[in-house]
Amino acid sequence: MADIDSFRAETRAWLEANAPASIRTPQPEGEVAWGGRRAEWANPESKLWLERMAAKGWTVPTWAPEYGGAGLGAAEAAVLAEELKRIGARPAHLNFGIWMLGPVLQKYGTEDQKRRFLPPIARGEIRWCQGYSEPGSGSDLASLRTSCVADGDHWVINGQKVWTSYADQADWMFCLVRTDAAAPKHEGISFILFDMDTRGVETRPIPLISGASPFCETFLTDVRVPIDQMVGAPGKGWEIAKALLAHERANISAEGFARGDGIGLIEAARHGAPGPGGRIGDPNLRLRVAEQAMAQQSFGLTLRHLQQERPPYQADALASMAKSAAAELNKARLELTVEALGVDGLGWDGPGFAPAGLQATRTMLRSKGNSIEGGTTEINLNVLAKRGLGLRDHQ
Amino acid sequence: MSFILTEEQALLAETARDFFGTQAPVSRMRAMRDAGARFDRDLWRVTADLGLAGVAIDEAHGGSAFGQVGVGATMEAAGTTLAATPLVGTAVIAPAILAAAGRADLLGAVATGEHLYAIAVDEGAHHAPGAITTRAEVAGGGWRLTGAKRFVPEGDVADVLIVAARAPGGISLFLVTPDAEGLTRTPLNALDSRAYADVAFDGTPAELIGGEGAGADLLEPALDAGRVALAAEMLGIAEAAFAMTLDYLKTRQQFGQLIGSFQALQHRAALMATDLQLTRSAVRAAAIALDARANDAAQLASLAKARAGASVHKVTNEAIQMHGGIGMTDASDVGLFLKRARVAEQQLGGHGFHLDRYATLGGF
Repeated sequence: MADIDSFRAETRAWLEANAPASIRTPQPEGEVAWGGRRAEWANPESKLWLERMAAKGWTVPTWAPEYGGAGLGAAEAAVLAEELKRIGARPAHLNFGIWMLGPVLQKYGTEDQKRRFLPPIARGEIRWCQGYSEPGSGSDLASLRTSCVADGDHWVINGQKVWTSYADQADWMFCLVRTDAAAPKHEGISFILFDMDTRGVETRPIPLISGASPFCETFLTDVRVPIDQMVGAPGKGWEIAKALLAHERANISAEGFARGDGIGLIEAARHGAPGPGGRIGDPNLRLRVAEQAMAQQSFGLTLRHLQQERPPYQADALASMAKSAAAELNKARLELTVEALGVDGLGWDGPGFAPAGLQATRTMLRSKGNSIEGGTTEINLNVLAKRGLGLRDHQ
Repeated sequence: MSFILTEEQALLAETARDFFGTQAPVSRMRAMRDAGARFDRDLWRVTADLGLAGVAIDEAHGGSAFGQVGVGATMEAAGTTLAATPLVGTAVIAPAILAAAGRADLLGAVATGEHLYAIAVDEGAHHAPGAITTRAEVAGGGWRLTGAKRFVPEGDVADVLIVAARAPGGISLFLVTPDAEGLTRTPLNALDSRAYADVAFDGTPAELIGGEGAGADLLEPALDAGRVALAAEMLGIAEAAFAMTLDYLKTRQQFGQLIGSFQALQHRAALMATDLQLTRSAVRAAAIALDARANDAAQLASLAKARAGASVHKVTNEAIQMHGGIGMTDASDVGLFLKRARVAEQQLGGHGFHLDRYATLGGF
């Protein structure tokens, strides 16, 4: 206990001395620190903050020091997180490498791969994207067809990926490919890493119902990848793919979906249906807002509860439970927010609509994807039913 | 906030589960009903002997000072077996009122199980602690009550009633003994087969507690303790009904398949499991907040009551549907879970009451 107290005191003192003032303020959309080779620093203090945190190993506090971390235990990492939250610190950087690729690389990568890829992830030098879905392989991801054949000391990849977030900004991709077309579908899949600057890699952004988006299509034509960039043995990629998905779902549910509601639900209802003394004037809307707020609060309590005490489910079932609940709640909250705004929530852009309302509406539209991306709600309910509740497959 | 039970609390939870599981399985409640009884005095005797009547009472007055978290563990266990106990009124609400009203001298007899209390607040069809018309007046050197209370839990079996009445100085609380002059009790035969009565007062002598006009302030935190206790009981009911249904999905075959292998049922089961997890956290958080006297304790109490009510409502309905015809029969326990749930959902405020209260406390 004394050790943890002194760690807290040291952490607090270090943050006091090293966290620049501007990173203790809410982060505007344009200042998200994605890192990578093409990083643009709208705020120079964001760069300084990343460098200082990376030097401490605190961008990935629980990773071993040789991989860029600080080797902290769970209790110390929790203290660090609390202290960062206490001062309202922005994340040093956001990187799919940290919460998706890093954990599986530590489990399945060779020592050489870990030493080569993990420290740059920790320092935010490489921005990663995820090459999973394909036009013909959504929920049935294991049916993916992007081919990968050996040619001397290289693999040669041909195919198409879709829904690759930020593919047009990313430096490297972790990618699922099929190395054995004859094997059963789960056994012919491999997990491979490559540089997006490799010849034959092309990306094209995908406009969504909510407007411009970070999603891309990625076309892979005779992309030659050095042989030592495959993680795990050829044909053994599906296990890695699933482990990574569990990290992705756990993270989505823990962090919640990107908010950006523009306006809070209660505030929106007060705006659309003003009543005396801050009360929502429409009694029906008011009770529906209360019900939604209750669900939201309960979910927040559950996330904290699950960190301390878990039902006897498999970890992936719990991640599926939290991810699908987060998605459905997010969609419901945003729908109600837009409904509460009335016609002020019906703008697409331009004059005549307040920016907050426009943002809420765009975010509502974007949120429809929450129950599709990272595993559809239906797939997650399958996982929960089978791996959590022990219900069997149809015979 | 720590959600984890302390070693003592975990032991209490285990003791309560073991006790209700062996001493008060659902079959005991069914037997009571079939015998035409509405109160199980023998069960209450052993429940009190185990110390569960004093779970919320401090040690100086014979209790075990487990607080609301201990109450929650006890009530959840009682809910899983539909144990028909008077714990909410006698062991939770009454001690909270008596302690706050400066009548700690009465707590010892609660902890031993000697005195059974009934809480008489509501007068109409819905819970409305602010809408009290029963009158309290000073006459002949003491307080006298005139009015009527509706659907009072343990109303006809309690040794003492705590009655909310409107005195000249505002809503006030009174102790009334059932043999007092002008008091009539009409037993009710309710859905959950437990003991309820309508209670009428006609110039009935009563003893003021906590001061004239102090009733609302005394009631609010005590009713919240009762609401969170009921939420824990409903959580227990929902857990048991869900477990029973899950078992059925894993054993019942149709079309040569376990019905639990059908995706339409799997998804509904998974949604129930998710909903139950949210409720579990809300109920635990509310108990912790009440024990800590947190600023948001009242709002969390409404959250817990509304969430648990909604969960048990859905789970008991799904339990019947997924059991099919057998779920409609009186021989199956599923219906007993549903009937108790419907009563608990309404007691101390239904869904609408707590949505409204949650919004009001949240400033919207």
